[in-house]
Amino acid sequence: MSIFEYNGSAVVAMVGKNCFAIASDRRLGVQLQTIATDFQRISKIHDHLFIGLSGLATDVQTLYQRLVFRHKLYQLREERDMKPETFASLVSAILYEKRFGPYLCQPVIAGLGDDNKPFICTMDSIGAKELAKDFVVSGTASESLYGACEAMFKPDMEAEELFETISQALLSSVDRDCLSGWGGHVYVVTPNEIKEKILKGRMD
Amino acid sequence: MSQASVELPPKGGFSFDLCKRNDMLTQKGLKAPSYLKTGTTIVGLIFEDGVILGADTRATEGPIVADKNCEKIHYMAPNIYCCGAGTAADTEAVTDMVSSQLRLHRYQTGRDSRVITALTLLKKHLFSYQGHVSAALVLGGVDITGPHLHTIYPHGSTDTLPFATMGSGSLAAMSVFEARYKEGLTRDEGIKLVAEAICSGIFNDLGSGSNVDICVITKGHKEYLRNYMEPNPRTYVSSKGYSFTKKTEVLLTKITPLSEKVEIVEVAGEAMEE
Repeated sequence: MSIFEYNGSAVVAMVGKNCFAIASDRRLGVQLQTIATDFQRISKIHDHLFIGLSGLATDVQTLYQRLVFRHKLYQLREERDMKPETFASLVSAILYEKRFGPYLCQPVIAGLGDDNKPFICTMDSIGAKELAKDFVVSGTASESLYGACEAMFKPDMEAEELFETISQALLSSVDRDCLSGWGGHVYVVTPNEIKEKILKGRMD
Repeated sequence: MSQASVELPPKGGFSFDLCKRNDMLTQKGLKAPSYLKTGTTIVGLIFEDGVILGADTRATEGPIVADKNCEKIHYMAPNIYCCGAGTAADTEAVTDMVSSQLRLHRYQTGRDSRVITALTLLKKHLFSYQGHVSAALVLGGVDITGPHLHTIYPHGSTDTLPFATMGSGSLAAMSVFEARYKEGLTRDEGIKLVAEAICSGIFNDLGSGSNVDICVITKGHKEYLRNYMEPNPRTYVSSKGYSFTKKTEVLLTKITPLSEKVEIVEVAGEAMEE
């Protein structure tokens, strides 16, 4: 069994018109036993920047705490929030530093940059950045997520339609994966508001 | 005075603190993760005025295509570019690092960087990690001494060649070069040959695919032709798109309005009286 299949996870982010959406499943398991059904995989770094971490849950939490620490230091020194591109480079550097003994997680970063232009990217566990213009996926359900997103994604969707698309893609993909699921957690971020929604999914 | 040490941002280089834990997990039977690789076809050739580099744009994670349009031609200096194959994180990190070192060197010497400088910095780094930093590179550029093209292998050995190919599609591309390369190619002939070599890699090698990127470097000028050719367009998109008849059921909604940041406007007025 792969190390990534120890806890199970599914994270996806999509780009819309001046907005982005990031979604994850809610299951935390130890191999085939479910331990929690409300695990937080997506965390806010600042109002316009979210990071979703899939993989080993202990590294998810440790890496999140390290990144929040570095961002707070940055805020104190620069007196402003970090841009998403800069944050992605920071995460990539922190992961590559541990190249020969890596953090066993794969981040998905989503943010609104200058001029409210949405930015998404994902990385493998050693920090190889993958910038995409449409969607990025990560986790045990990633193969199903690739297929679902390829089929359902349309460019320039508004917030409502984007929410519907990302939710349908997430729920249909986790239904085909034993290790992720138990509902969904979706954040849709526009320049004026953050909408956080909990989805009802199959509880098996 | 607190006994616990403050976690300062690190000074650079690799850190090995999680190795013991990861080894323990591997011994318990949990397989290590696979990294993003660039299966790749990367090529370079020297033509009459300079160097042309070419690369495909597919990034793979095991058998899955993770990125359909990634950039494999990395910037090193205004007159030097480098194509990378192997583990994606390693090629990106090593080319970024040497690019920064070259820039500092340019500031110190006040001269344009030479290709041989980039070559020596890269091979030193790769050799010192004995091949564990898995980056296979094709380095090309034009400096004061003329056009140069080199290949660098993950263990640190280098070759200097008039035409070169690397990556999983290197055999497919090399067959095109061996058949049709000649000295003194013009710019258009060179671009056409590089595009053909990359296409043969894209169509015949499963680890390479999507589009062709080309970079032409001549004395004092460079042209980065991103997605020069797109021989694999997506033809099966449904024009209607997906319509969801049954909406997702939502259990809980929380809306956080984001306030506009307050702008302080300086009003020219009288100074306050003390």
